[in-house]
Formats: sequence, structure tokens, C-alpha cells
Amino acid sequence: MNGAHDMGGVMGFGPVVAEKNEPVFHFEWEGRVRAMTMAMGGPMGSNIDQGRFAREDRSPSDYLSKTYYELWFAGLVRMLLDRGLVMAEELTAGRSMHPAKPIPRTLRTEDVSSVLAKGRPYGRTIQQPARFKPGDRVRARNMHPAGHTRLPRYVRGRIGTVTHAHGAHVFPDSNAAGLGEAPQWLYNVRFMGRELWGEAADPTLTVSVDAWESYLEPIL
Amino acid sequence: MHDDHDHSQGSEMSPMVARVRALETLLTDKGYVEPSALDLIVETYETKIGPRNGAQIVARAWTDTAYKIRLLKDATAAITELGFSGVQGEHMVAVENTDTVHNLVVCTLCSCYPLPVLGLPPVWYKSAPYRSRAVLDPRGVLTEFGLTLPVAKEIRVWDSTAEIRYLVVPQRPAGTEGWPAEKLATLVTRDSMIGTGLALDPITSGNSS
Repeated sequence: MNGAHDMGGVMGFGPVVAEKNEPVFHFEWEGRVRAMTMAMGGPMGSNIDQGRFAREDRSPSDYLSKTYYELWFAGLVRMLLDRGLVMAEELTAGRSMHPAKPIPRTLRTEDVSSVLAKGRPYGRTIQQPARFKPGDRVRARNMHPAGHTRLPRYVRGRIGTVTHAHGAHVFPDSNAAGLGEAPQWLYNVRFMGRELWGEAADPTLTVSVDAWESYLEPIL
Repeated sequence: MHDDHDHSQGSEMSPMVARVRALETLLTDKGYVEPSALDLIVETYETKIGPRNGAQIVARAWTDTAYKIRLLKDATAAITELGFSGVQGEHMVAVENTDTVHNLVVCTLCSCYPLPVLGLPPVWYKSAPYRSRAVLDPRGVLTEFGLTLPVAKEIRVWDSTAEIRYLVVPQRPAGTEGWPAEKLATLVTRDSMIGTGLALDPITSGNSS
């Protein structure tokens, strides 16, 4: 979706302000939200793309008015409600008022370290050969899907060069919609700053994105 | 997504504290989460996973050419060699700064960051000012970090739009000839591995002794 989360090139947010000796979490509740979101992936049967979409699928004013972990909290609550794992009145009451729903698995304390260390690779093997190879010129499609996508607006319609084929990866647009992993070839595509931002852009700038095959069309 | 931290959120009476506490109680009562598992996740990110991990990777690359070649060719495998793998580091790419190229990493769409080597991202990395301008005006952004690059230097910005995570290998500072990797690692800052900074100078940073 063309949401407020897609920030590349937007103006008016002001300077970048770095905090000295910044703590990992500024408030205890932020750490709890981060941890609950990670721990509930299994019970919710959700994937990383659904998590991202739950955070970004909201009005620009809502997205921009929330702090980072407020967005995470809102995304987690939405996923829990959508799956019927909690009810709105239970959130208000802060206690369980309905029987728990059956869940695939919970994250047990003794498994935390191994789960964090193992990760969850997104590479997949597919039969289809890669359509593009390094050096190919491609155009990022001018597309505006209403659902989740990982093609930022600032590259859409722009011409770049494939620098690397990463192999096939889970396709977020499908995965976020619950339509399966539908893996596709994933490429790194490099754009000249001037192609993205016009003649006035820094001539020494290139910007690359990682783009799935269906985001790209060949330049003949 | 505003960046200001409203410090009233930290008080016992703040709505977020109450809401998050209520949710944790609810999820625990239903048997969906173990609070001790949450404790351990928080503790891991607060104490075990952080930029010291990435600094060891960079220092090794500076001192071991064969390792650097492996790192630039297959960063996931090379980083796993040193024991830093896991969530949000499943597919790593290392990009090297040189005399002619400076690399800068951003995630314009959310906050993608190589967790096993850098830990959780700082607020500025997740903030609207950085996400919006790193791709449009990276030199301006770097100036705000006190870094002015030569005008002719190429700037390569890497927008982390997929599950590929980028680690910048900063240039090794002059005056560190013969330093062991362990000592070199003290010069490798978090920002130098994102590209918003350089590795520390051994003289001005006071690490030369």
C-alpha cells in the first residue's frame, strides 16, 4: 500500500538526531512489546510480512503519530484480534474472559536462545530459472498494490541495473496476504541518483534496493 | 512515526504501560506466552547481542585477508564462522568502504537491521528523518553525523527492502599497523558499520595506548 511507512524521498521530517549512549529500550514496556511480538509469532501462526503489514496498514496520521514501539503494539494487537486469540473486552479488562484458542506452539523459555540463534531463512529453491542476470537493465514496475509490497515508491517506474541475483526468496506481497510463500527470484538493483531524483541530484549517488522478479520488467 | 520520546510514557500511570501490562497478563493467562521467555528475549537484546559482535567481524576482516575475501563473497557463512547468526541475520551481505566508495545502509520501509551483528537499531535509524533522507540526500544526513565526505567519493546507499541485511566494513584507520584484531575492534563503532560514521581514529579517540 502507498502508506506513510514508505518514506524514501519524503521531505519535512527535519534533521536526524542521534542520542548519545542510547539505551536498547527507553522504557520497560518497549522491551515487553518487542518480546511479545517475537514470542507470539508461533502461537499466531504469523509470518514476518504479516507483522510488517499489521504495523504499516493504517492512516498516515495514525502511523506518523505513533512512536516505533507504539506501532509494534498496535500491530500485535491487530493480529491477535484478527485471529480471535484475544477479544477486545479482554484487552480492556486485562484478563482472560474466554477460553484460550488452540495454538500451534508456544515459545518456551528453554528454546529462546536456540530460536534467536537459528533464525528463519527466507531463501527457497525454485525450478524456474532467473529471468535477469547481473548487468541487465530493468525498470521497476509502476505498480500500486493495496496490500503489502516491498517495492518503495521512489523507485517505481525508474530504470536500474541488476548487480546480483540473491536466489529465490519468499515473496512478501503473497506471504503477507496469507496466500503462501510463492517464492520468486530476488535481485539487487542499483539506480543512479539522477535517475531517481533528477538532474539536480548528487552525481556520485547510487541507491540499490532488493527487488523480487515480478517487481521488475526488462529494458530491451 | 514521531521520534520524540514522551517521557511521561515511562511513568507508572502512562497509558502504554498499563496497556502493555494488561496484554502480557492476558497472553500469559491464556497460556500463549511464558513471561520468563519474554524476560530472556529482552535480556538477550539488552546484554548479549550488540555492535561488539559486528566489530569483531570487521576487525577480523582487517587483519585476515582470507577472511575478508570470504566475508565479501558470502557474509552469512563468514559471520556464522564467528558465531553470530540468527534472527534478522539469515541473509547477510558485507559491503566494503574504500578510498573511492562509501556505503550507507537504510530501511526506508520499516527498520530492517542486521540484529545478530549490530543488536537492535537506535531510534534515529528507525526514525522518519533518516528513512526519508538517506536515499535522497545522504551527504546531508552524514553531515548531521559530523561526517563530510570528499565530493568525488561515490556514495552507495543500500535500502534493505528484502530479508538481505547489510553490514558496512569501514576503512581501517591509519596508524593501526600491527594492531591485533581485539584492539582494532575497539575502533569499530556501530555507526561505522551502518555507514553514518567512520572507524575511530586511534589518536583522537584515545585508544592508541
